[in-house]
Amino acid sequence: MNKVGSNLLEAVSVISDGASVMIGGFGGSGAPIELIHALIDSGAKDLTVINNNAGNGHVGIAALIEQRRVARIICSFPRSADPRVFNELYLAGDIELEIVPQGTLAERIRAGGAGIPAFYTPTGVGTETAVGKEEAIFDGKRYLQERWLKADYALIKADLADTVGNLTYRRAARNFNPLMAMAAKTTIAQASNVVQAGEIDPDQVITPGIFVDTIVEVKSPKQEEVLNREGACYPC
Amino acid sequence: MLEKIQELKLTNSQIAWRAAQDLFDGAYVNLGIGFPEMVAKYQPEGCEVVFHTENGVLGFGEAPAPGEEDWDIINAGKKAITLKPGCSIFHHADSFSMIRGGHLDVAILGAYEISQNGDLANWSTGKGGIPAVGGAMDLVNGVKTVAIVTDHITKKGGAKLVESCSLPLTGVGCVNRIYTSLAVIDIEDGKFVLKEKIPNISVEELQSLTGAQLHLGASVKDLVVPEGV
Repeated sequence: MNKVGSNLLEAVSVISDGASVMIGGFGGSGAPIELIHALIDSGAKDLTVINNNAGNGHVGIAALIEQRRVARIICSFPRSADPRVFNELYLAGDIELEIVPQGTLAERIRAGGAGIPAFYTPTGVGTETAVGKEEAIFDGKRYLQERWLKADYALIKADLADTVGNLTYRRAARNFNPLMAMAAKTTIAQASNVVQAGEIDPDQVITPGIFVDTIVEVKSPKQEEVLNREGACYPC
Repeated sequence: MLEKIQELKLTNSQIAWRAAQDLFDGAYVNLGIGFPEMVAKYQPEGCEVVFHTENGVLGFGEAPAPGEEDWDIINAGKKAITLKPGCSIFHHADSFSMIRGGHLDVAILGAYEISQNGDLANWSTGKGGIPAVGGAMDLVNGVKTVAIVTDHITKKGGAKLVESCSLPLTGVGCVNRIYTSLAVIDIEDGKFVLKEKIPNISVEELQSLTGAQLHLGASVKDLVVPEGV
């Protein structure tokens, strides 16, 4: 078994028009910028994107939106330092938005990966986000029923990967990445270093290889924050 | 009256200082983005608080020097932070298990409106802008003590402490304590209970700036902030 793909474009070329794509990261931390840019190059459109945010500046998810590839976004917080790309399309009615409280978003994704179709949470009770959701009382307290969230693909940013797909993450770049890796039918990870099976201590593995389909090595991945400070855009 | 308030009211730093005085050694604390983050600067001496951020860090410290940022180490406001000894890192579902599971001691957040029964509105102005909720709805429903730091009134002089919120809610009956620019108010049994007020304002004046009945605590203390804060 060897899950290492030859290049980014080939890895994402399986993603077809209309697919749902979970994209790891929280803001720029843990955002697989190179995979997102390859997805732009691939031409896939009418995508549903699941991320905590809705892009910042003109790179990464913001660039994917700017290139009109995203029909719908499911996120908790579409505000950012430079949210113009999303805002313009949203206010023009050209992109659909589903707002999900952040903890509910994380748990829905975990539930999707764990085979749990629904769960109850106190988050959102009595608010606009409760509309249309079943409510139940447990031990005298109100809870909302929330459903699992799954996707066709997940794009993940890892630090180390081995040839069988075991992953580690760097610092707080972990965030949504391990959850999304579990919740997609096909998970594609970029990693700063790809090593042979056996070279990652099993104690250190965060995402076991069973959750990962394809790995592409990206030696020195770009940080969204750094690109934005440079005024970068993609493609340009 | 409004002019007098402008002169007397506490600054955001002073409100943050007051809120920080109620933190306790070993408390696990989440600070909302923006104004609430100022609370971290005023931890009482000998009180070591462990700060949590939604994106999966427990035990972070202040911002690094400019140029020293590691953009894999940020807080919920997407600002660079540093890792303190004893820090830990985890994924988002674990992070919100800490929140929703009742493991965090204190959350300090901002507010547009707070009602006398503890309802909070702090995520949407309801004006058809772009909604963004983040982790607020999880925090208010999971953290043991939910405290608010806020100006007592809106910029236009309207009440922020009200009988019932007019803006979209973040949570129902979730707020425990409010640190305002004029007072410290607890929510007890569906009522605003005045605990402290700045010295140069009367209870009647404070009531006129509050959109619901203020009840007096057993004793109403003077809210005095040390010089230099």
